[in-house]
Amino acid sequence: MEQPVRADHGVAVRRKPKGRAGKRLAPYLLSLPGGFWLIVLFLIPLVMMLFFALETGDVLHGYQLTWNWGEFGQQLSLHKTEFLRSIWYAGAATIICLIVSFPLAYWIAFHGGKWKNFFLLMLLVPFFVSFIIRSLAWQFILSDQGIVLGTLKNLHLLPQNFHILATSTAVIAGIAYNYLPFTALPLYVAMERIDYRLIEAAGDLYSSRREAFMRVVFPLTIPGIFAAFLLTFVPAVGDYLNQQILGGVSNTMIGTIIQTDFLTTQDYPAAAALSAILLAGVLVLIFLYGRLLGSRTIEEYV
Amino acid sequence: MATVATPSTGEAVRAEAVRRPPKKPWWRGKILPTYVVLVLIYLVTPILVMILYSFNQSHAKLPQVSFKWQGFTLHWYADVDGIPGLGHAFELTIILALLASITSAIIGTFLALALVRYRFRGKGATEQVMFLNIAAPEIVVGAALLSFFVILSSNIAILHSALHPGFFDLFLAHVAFCIAFVAITVRARLAGFDRSLEEAAQDLGANAWVTFQKVTLPIIWPGVLAGALMAFALSIDDFVISNFVAGNVETFPLWVYGIVHTGLPPQVFVLGTFIFIVGFGIAIGNLLMTQRKKKEKA
Repeated sequence: MEQPVRADHGVAVRRKPKGRAGKRLAPYLLSLPGGFWLIVLFLIPLVMMLFFALETGDVLHGYQLTWNWGEFGQQLSLHKTEFLRSIWYAGAATIICLIVSFPLAYWIAFHGGKWKNFFLLMLLVPFFVSFIIRSLAWQFILSDQGIVLGTLKNLHLLPQNFHILATSTAVIAGIAYNYLPFTALPLYVAMERIDYRLIEAAGDLYSSRREAFMRVVFPLTIPGIFAAFLLTFVPAVGDYLNQQILGGVSNTMIGTIIQTDFLTTQDYPAAAALSAILLAGVLVLIFLYGRLLGSRTIEEYV
Repeated sequence: MATVATPSTGEAVRAEAVRRPPKKPWWRGKILPTYVVLVLIYLVTPILVMILYSFNQSHAKLPQVSFKWQGFTLHWYADVDGIPGLGHAFELTIILALLASITSAIIGTFLALALVRYRFRGKGATEQVMFLNIAAPEIVVGAALLSFFVILSSNIAILHSALHPGFFDLFLAHVAFCIAFVAITVRARLAGFDRSLEEAAQDLGANAWVTFQKVTLPIIWPGVLAGALMAFALSIDDFVISNFVAGNVETFPLWVYGIVHTGLPPQVFVLGTFIFIVGFGIAIGNLLMTQRKKKEKA
């Protein structure tokens, strides 16, 4: 940007050349630490993980890079159930989140009034408590003799052997609870942007309230729905804490497999291959999203 | 005089639209607000359970949260330091979160400045990487970092002690996942920045550093603070990535995870309540401050 130079402004004129060179360098200097950190501690590790997946060996004798591409297919078929289960749990939880958050976001965006910010803060309240403690609290609430089930059993409204913990339902409910804000906020952002006058215009053109919703509000929130889906489904599919705390041994998700392979059995190539497959799946989703709606838009919803 | 859409007429139209249907049934317009309140109660439930059970007595030999309500006590608050290892883990988490949030706030702010104000080579790529960093599942990020640290520390002797999973790795990892969030928060704040203020400062003879310090920083400060708070919250709560890179070091969430199978001491709920009260207090304070500022402006 060229700044106007005034002849009587000695100081500014003298500093100008230096300022220009500085300006050319400035963006690089400013982005250097952040860029460096992200490259060295995010991009390079991702690449290294890929290489790790191609190695063979074991903990005791070390690993050699043998370009063992078969690892991917092998792990995929070995843990097909866990992959499918993760997709099913995360998918179900995401759909529940979308259904629950849609009216919520709608009301806050259009009828929140001066309490809007307070409601948004309440949506974020779960984040002020550790993720793991939230899941533990649910374990408490849903435990077989806990506040809810214990009471219902004492009233003979439920059979004594009824339980929720260690079932798929508990895991899906836990995931849905923990990721609800990730769905509600992007939806809210999308709806907040809708010009209320459009809805009034629809009304002026004799649309019923339902029609105005279906033909004006809903289409305009579709980008928000996609963003919400991505921001909820992606972290949910790799989640293993909810499954370990609320689920049982019979509903292992892929995250637990990766965690065990990496940290317990130390089968690094297997674990690296599994997380590379997970990453590839996520990249496909992100790519599709970018194709449909442009890659920059999602940042607006974060 | 004859403007078509002044705010006041817009308001009037809106008010009329709300008032229009006089014959609506009594429940109209009550269902949704009730629903919203119910969902918010649902969101708060586990937190209330946590706070409630931090006051629950326990008659077991070992300090352990009991599922049954056995009476009110402040014992766990008085005896918060009574569990070996827990206090240390908590302290470590706070120190880590402080270091990571300060570091990532500085680095992230610079990155945001570069992205908002300049066009440069690699700008698009930087944005893509930031996006990927936010979108990638935590478990993949954690697994990648562990692979990286394992490969480096086993192949390069000098790095062995430095990068062997532990506190330093936690710090590197936490900053890495906070930078993008800080940069986005600060960038949103910078978007409405009036550049003429900086030009005025420079016209008055301020050099680049003085301009930054006296003009730019005070204006973007709320954004930087918001970014730092966000980083702090992300770091203090992180489980997955820490789980992968921590080695033998235990942060608060990792400690809790380790104790789950043997029984949870109530002190965990006490510390959880503490984090919640402080975090929520700051957020409410912030909300009230912005509300008041809005009123002053109006």
